[in-house]
Amino acid sequence: MDTVQQIRFIWKPLIFMASLVPFALVVGDLFQVTGSLGPNPVEEIQDRFGYWGLRFILIALAVTPARTITGKQWLTRFRRMLGLFAFFYVLMHFLTWLILDQGLLFSAIGEDIFKRPFITIGFAATLILLVLTATSTAGVRRRLGKTWQKLHNWVYAAAILGVWHYWWQVKLDASDPAIYAAILALLLGYRFWQRRKRARQRTQTASA
Amino acid sequence: MLIKKPVDIRPSEITSKESYFNRRKFMQAAALAGGSIVAGDALPAIIPNEKRAKLEGVVPSEFSTDETPNSYDDVTTYNNYYEFGLRKDDPFRNSQEFKPRPWSIEVTGDAGVTGSFALEDFVNSQTLEERIYRLRCVEAWSMVIPWVGISLADVVKRFKPLSKAKYVVFETLLDRDQMPGQRSRSLRWPYVEGLTIAEATNPLPILAVGVFGEVLPNQNGAPLRLIVPWKYGFKSIKGIVRMHFTDKQPRTSWDLAASHEYGFYANVNPNVDHPRWSQARERRIGANQGGGFQSLFSASKQDTVMFNGYGEHVAHLYDGLDLKKNF
Repeated sequence: MDTVQQIRFIWKPLIFMASLVPFALVVGDLFQVTGSLGPNPVEEIQDRFGYWGLRFILIALAVTPARTITGKQWLTRFRRMLGLFAFFYVLMHFLTWLILDQGLLFSAIGEDIFKRPFITIGFAATLILLVLTATSTAGVRRRLGKTWQKLHNWVYAAAILGVWHYWWQVKLDASDPAIYAAILALLLGYRFWQRRKRARQRTQTASA
Repeated sequence: MLIKKPVDIRPSEITSKESYFNRRKFMQAAALAGGSIVAGDALPAIIPNEKRAKLEGVVPSEFSTDETPNSYDDVTTYNNYYEFGLRKDDPFRNSQEFKPRPWSIEVTGDAGVTGSFALEDFVNSQTLEERIYRLRCVEAWSMVIPWVGISLADVVKRFKPLSKAKYVVFETLLDRDQMPGQRSRSLRWPYVEGLTIAEATNPLPILAVGVFGEVLPNQNGAPLRLIVPWKYGFKSIKGIVRMHFTDKQPRTSWDLAASHEYGFYANVNPNVDHPRWSQARERRIGANQGGGFQSLFSASKQDTVMFNGYGEHVAHLYDGLDLKKNF
């Protein structure tokens, strides 16, 4: 089996399964097979999906830097799947809030989205990821050409909004969201640095 | 011969040596005080120093709600007690080695009676009452909890506050070795809370020493904590070591941490939202024994009631006060 086949038939299915483990644990804990969700199950589910949404955004954003640093081009093949899992967990987080937390009471939902900034930005991040998911297929990518990359750079905005959303809702101690913010800063900072490096190389080649 | 195996005897069935001696000591103290025990069937409050020991002589209260209390697990594993960590299960995990005895309470400030009092002497001239109260957390969840405690109003009166005393301030134990949460600067330690004298002498607040008819577990604020049922939970300070009478409104821990979010009064009020979330509704948590899908949908939110439903007893305390400004 060559590398492409190995990725397609071994590594992708493995990572797919691994990415479903947090979801499976929520279901297992809900039915008290793998553990329990504690006295406030709705909050627990909502929090877990939210954390995993953020984690998958960060993991997906780490793919490109990892590829550049290691030189292993095939890493890119996992990027879309990881991004889709980010959307999956963010969507579950959103639906938990919508259905289980707010009980589909639309007056309260509307008020929360428009009056509470931390919910506004979380909602905005969800919408961005929804658009990126809808345009993630190879077909759309071909059709959009260069616009596709521009559109998908919005993932940076979604990531920043997501971490901000988390930071803004903690009651007191921001040390956990600070860890997410630091990792995101590193991932975005690396891209910024790379871009400047490339720009400098271009000017050098141009002037040579 | 039939020998009862040790496991057959629940800890609560045994009277500890200590509680026996406490009782004796109290009787001596009462005799010295010239028989200050109130007439009637009520027993003086005795608090055994033993986990889950049953409290004796607990009388029911007319202030109790008839709503179904939460389970013991809900009440003892889902706590906000930042001295033991920030997660809800941290207090349960990190407080098991905490030593709630020996314990004394220092009474200071503008009062006729001040000094340091052993816990036993502090509580045992009063009657233990069971008060089943709603607890509404500022985080928009609620529980129903069967506390056991003594009337705060009676405690305050015993120390004869001077007329210039307008507030009573409470402080939690400061002990970084026993309270790992105090090693981080999440809040300013020790935790400080306070009430106006009018609030403190209202019949509703109690100093709790137990829950579910048993000694208060460490994670719930053993050995002595405040319960103010019409205010958000953070007012109900745990592990109290000091009571201070003063004419100045205290800067409480949450006020110092975020004064625009947590006010001194902190009355439960569906019309005044927390800056970051609505206070109009709350989730009555815990109706989910056994798990499953039903546990998710039975936990839907209910409307929050002004003063947490205790308005008939406390609304008059705030006549003429703008509760939007004084949140």
